[in-house]
Amino acid sequence: MSVFEAILLTIITASTPLVIAGLGELVVERSGVLNLGVEGMMIMGAVAAFVGAQMSGSPYVGLITGIVAGALFSLLFGFLTLTLVTNQVATGLALTILGLGLSGMIGEGYVSVPGVQLRAIVFPLLSDIPLVGPVLFKQDLTFYLSIALLIGVSWFLFRSRVGLKLRAVGDSHGSAHALGIDVIRTRYLAVMFGGACAGLAGAQLSLVYTPQWVENMSAGRGWVTLALVVFASWRPMRVLAGGYLFGAVTILQFHAQGFGVGIPSQFLSMLPYASTIVVLVIISQNRRATLINTPASLGKAFVPER
Amino acid sequence: MRIELERRLQVSKLFGFLSPLLALMLALIAGTIMFALLGKDPVEALDAFFVEPLLEIWSLHELAIKAGPLILIAVGLCVCYRSNNWNIGAEGQFTIGAVAGSYIPIVFTDWHSPMVLPLMLIAGAIGGALYAAIPALLKAHFNTNEILTSLMLVYIAQLYLDWLTRGPWRDPQGHNFPQSIDFPPEATLPAIWEDSGRAHWGIVFAIVAAILAWFMMKYTLKGFEITVLGQSERAGRFAGFSSRKMVWFGFLFSGALAGLAGISEVAGSIGHLQPAISPGYGFTAIIVAFLARLNPLGAILSGFVLALTYLGGEAAQLSPGISAKAASVFQGLLLFFVLSCDTLIYYKIRLTWSRVRGGAA
Repeated sequence: MSVFEAILLTIITASTPLVIAGLGELVVERSGVLNLGVEGMMIMGAVAAFVGAQMSGSPYVGLITGIVAGALFSLLFGFLTLTLVTNQVATGLALTILGLGLSGMIGEGYVSVPGVQLRAIVFPLLSDIPLVGPVLFKQDLTFYLSIALLIGVSWFLFRSRVGLKLRAVGDSHGSAHALGIDVIRTRYLAVMFGGACAGLAGAQLSLVYTPQWVENMSAGRGWVTLALVVFASWRPMRVLAGGYLFGAVTILQFHAQGFGVGIPSQFLSMLPYASTIVVLVIISQNRRATLINTPASLGKAFVPER
Repeated sequence: MRIELERRLQVSKLFGFLSPLLALMLALIAGTIMFALLGKDPVEALDAFFVEPLLEIWSLHELAIKAGPLILIAVGLCVCYRSNNWNIGAEGQFTIGAVAGSYIPIVFTDWHSPMVLPLMLIAGAIGGALYAAIPALLKAHFNTNEILTSLMLVYIAQLYLDWLTRGPWRDPQGHNFPQSIDFPPEATLPAIWEDSGRAHWGIVFAIVAAILAWFMMKYTLKGFEITVLGQSERAGRFAGFSSRKMVWFGFLFSGALAGLAGISEVAGSIGHLQPAISPGYGFTAIIVAFLARLNPLGAILSGFVLALTYLGGEAAQLSPGISAKAASVFQGLLLFFVLSCDTLIYYKIRLTWSRVRGGAA
């Protein structure tokens, strides 16, 4: 395997969780809900997946446990913000704080336990094609799921009736309600979908990216995901592009260290965070484009009048 | 069963007062269940967590040491959040404040003067404010989301501190520990009652800051401006207030207090710089601010409550079966209950058992 190929493969592994969680959060925000708890749902997915895989011995069971954990954990956020109409920003933070603590507690007995790795799926013949083979046809399940999600979410949002309703709910919950759409239920489902995606992204971290459990191993990726959705101006294709851009920056930082660039490792580790800020600034410069794409009801609570 | 909300005609004063207490009680109940699930005797665990730390003088001092930074940071956040600016990066401003203040004793090792400590405190506050100025500038002039930028800056600040304490500021005589030189006495925040414990002047700064901020919010034009702009930017603009200037004010104010908390922590209870100087004070202070219902005076009380969770967490670790993480789980639960209970202030909650929606239009 060439160095180029190896770098490409690690970039894919680093980008996949960002793309998956980003697509989930995109659907949530399109429904008008701002869930800042991605970091918390992701780390819960990571720990649940690790424990699930340990107990069953199967990484696929782990994957499912991670997804379910993320969805259930997001339900907590849904109940507070949708039923009890609490402030979405503060509730999302609460979800992250709770998730970081709870995952640490659950994972306490699993620190430095060797993990169960989700292996790449090998397609006969296809996987042997030079360059294209290993990159496209020799990946683990999460990569294929991320591509399926991209296609599914794009189709759902812009080509399906239910997707149209979801966007209506996000753009004007008052009008959507008047049209007879159940705003609260739509948002509950969207929040749970986002939670499931964040859980899957977390599962990828503890089953593929670094197959072990480390406390706080999400390391701010949930927050980067939120920036990614802004960067993508709520468009699925751009989530993919942005996810790979961020993934590349993360990996380049490691390789720069490997090549002995004379910069202290801490400064290289700052790169993904610093570049997130730079990208956010560039994106938000274009005020008009941001305004057009932002779901108009984003972050606003809805209480049905009776 | 469904839960329906009905907007109250008037904001409930009663629940405004009761909601934090109710939240605390619910969190305690949830904590009891959590301990029971962990297979611990809940009474014993709660006693170790929340009662024992209050029974000894020295541990009351430790409580004040932990409450100091929480209150100081939360007071800034109360004001900042009231103005509808979401500074989530207090943890980073705390770190940079500590670094900026520590510059003086670490770099000018030969300078012994009573001026050192005051200058350190000022440098710490300025450092925190300058670090908070970054998300403020980006929000005010580039329309960038301040939640995300201030948060990203936390990671950057922590990596910077890590580099300093392992690299240029590492004590050559430190037996290879990644930490700076120990601060000399003139660079150390003195204890208040030396005979009984370690509590230093940090808690006094916190209480004074809380009272001043409360006074500002309640009796000055600035406080009025903060409230008006926070509730409705449009209304504020009609009154001639600038929301852009308010972004600056909210961030610089909260950043300065977080920075002061950072340098007080380093000069008061740690005594040198090291890679990790905060057990998440900057994030826990967010809970403190909400539990106080964004009232600076309330932050004093809620700061002590959350300081108790840290202290209880440390104490409970010594007894077998309780995780070191129990404290942060409890903190997260508390924030959840605070937010849910606040709903009672604005809404009546009605439980309906029938599946038919009453009087649907």
